[in-house]
Amino acid sequence: MTVSEAAPILELQGLNKSYGALHVTKDVSLTVRRGEIHALIGPNGAGKTTLIGQISGSIAPNSGAIVFAGEDVSSLGVAQRARKGLGRSFQITAILPAFSVLENVALAVQAKDGHSFRFFKRASSDAELNNRAKVYLEMVGMTARAGLRAGDLSHGEKRVLEVAIALAGGPKLMLLDEPMAGTGPEETERLVTVLHGLKAKIPMLLIEHDMSAVFQLADRISVLVYGEIIASGAPEDIRRDPAVREAYLGGESDL
Amino acid sequence: MMTRRLTAVGLPAALFVVLALVPLYAGVFDDRFVLLFATRILIFAIVAVSLDFILGYGEMVSFGHAAYIGLGAYAVGILAEHDVWAAWISFPLAMAVCALFALVTGAISLRTRGVYFIMITLAFGQMAYYTTTSLSAYGGDDGLTMWGRSELFGTGLFNGDTSFYYIVFGVLLASYLILKVMTRSRFGRVLEGAKQNEARMEAIGIDPYRYRLTAFVLAGTIAGLAGALMANQAEFVSPAYMSWHRSGELIVMVILGGMGHLHGAILGAIAYMVLEETLSGYTEHWRLIFGPLLILIVLYGKGGLLGAIRGR
Repeated sequence: MTVSEAAPILELQGLNKSYGALHVTKDVSLTVRRGEIHALIGPNGAGKTTLIGQISGSIAPNSGAIVFAGEDVSSLGVAQRARKGLGRSFQITAILPAFSVLENVALAVQAKDGHSFRFFKRASSDAELNNRAKVYLEMVGMTARAGLRAGDLSHGEKRVLEVAIALAGGPKLMLLDEPMAGTGPEETERLVTVLHGLKAKIPMLLIEHDMSAVFQLADRISVLVYGEIIASGAPEDIRRDPAVREAYLGGESDL
Repeated sequence: MMTRRLTAVGLPAALFVVLALVPLYAGVFDDRFVLLFATRILIFAIVAVSLDFILGYGEMVSFGHAAYIGLGAYAVGILAEHDVWAAWISFPLAMAVCALFALVTGAISLRTRGVYFIMITLAFGQMAYYTTTSLSAYGGDDGLTMWGRSELFGTGLFNGDTSFYYIVFGVLLASYLILKVMTRSRFGRVLEGAKQNEARMEAIGIDPYRYRLTAFVLAGTIAGLAGALMANQAEFVSPAYMSWHRSGELIVMVILGGMGHLHGAILGAIAYMVLEETLSGYTEHWRLIFGPLLILIVLYGKGGLLGAIRGR
């Protein structure tokens, strides 16, 4: 492995964020390496959402830096970071419901092409867009649903579509915010399979409550409690970590 | 699916065919009033179509869209006052003035959303309104009478009722087609996508602001062109063209017709003005009937007149 390959794709350096007296992110440092799924877990109110906001660019940290693909992106906005290769899914499904499944992905392909000041060619018959979009639908196994209105998909399929949209941007890292939230067992299994298949190609930062999914997928796990990372390491170490058990997993959890 | 596609193409096509035949009807029945009235309707239809482009596709509820009618009209009127009648000078100038006004006000307004956007566009519209009322050299409150019409390369086409009607018709058709094509382009997808979920657009790397601003400027420019036609139609220019009532009427036309299809806005403009004309013939308190009628249509005819035609 060369040095550049070993370099982390994402590096959070001492992030801090407070709202008044409430210190929601306390000196958080974390790395996501190329080729790994790094899971971030933590109980409700641990500050995961605020942390994601800071990584994606919608919330500015009070101090600290975010280095993405070797570049300090701390001062960039959401769209700029996305163009640098930060793909994401949202905790609350964010698709374009009135567009078809194919159109949702085609729009992400279009975004990757650069500016969209193209006024006259009909987008729906733009083979260049559609063919590339179909590749991503194929990757997540949604080819059969291409023509459906995205708003009519089942909840689980919407979550898969979000992954396809993120993929279409050709991301260097995917930030997945509770992709399994609200999905049934079969849908969860499907998502796990999809993400597992992508793992070699695209590193991911996975925020997830579903512990079985986390332990199936993650190469490393970090535990966020009250805005602080209390443990970080391989799944087996996290499972055994007494502080984690105490603070988060609790006695009743059968990890 | 097939019938839907048919109405999507067939309806606007039928609409334009009917509109193209109006001068024929007027000629056969020797009804000059119908032709003049239809000309006025089509000018408003151009403005309504431009408003639907930003309102229906981009969710930009501009409450100051009448300002562009006024600015375009004043550009033509003021030039005429200085004896410049050439349409090839005054029309592009009218459009340029409106494009600039839209660029400046849009750049500021589009920083806001929802009610704030409505209020700020209203404020800019009123600014334009009060500016013209204070133009004492050009009639101020009373407006400005034009002693003739614009000249198109010595053809006199603006002077004939029928030829002027076809000029207006041509502008409406061209505006409709150009905007329609744009709504289906990559650009149009961005506009519609941003309407559905802005966070998703940013997450795929698209900042909708520039695209919205472009659409806003385009809509303002087309409305300004309609204003230039309006000045010629009335041979008169007045601040009333850009009052906030007018902006409100334009929004009603778009919603009444069914927004987000462009031809709905044309239907809306026709229905609005015909209703207004008919009702005001019966009683001077016609607004008492007109108001509730509009509310009923908007409440129960989901999707406006277009929705009713489609039978949804």
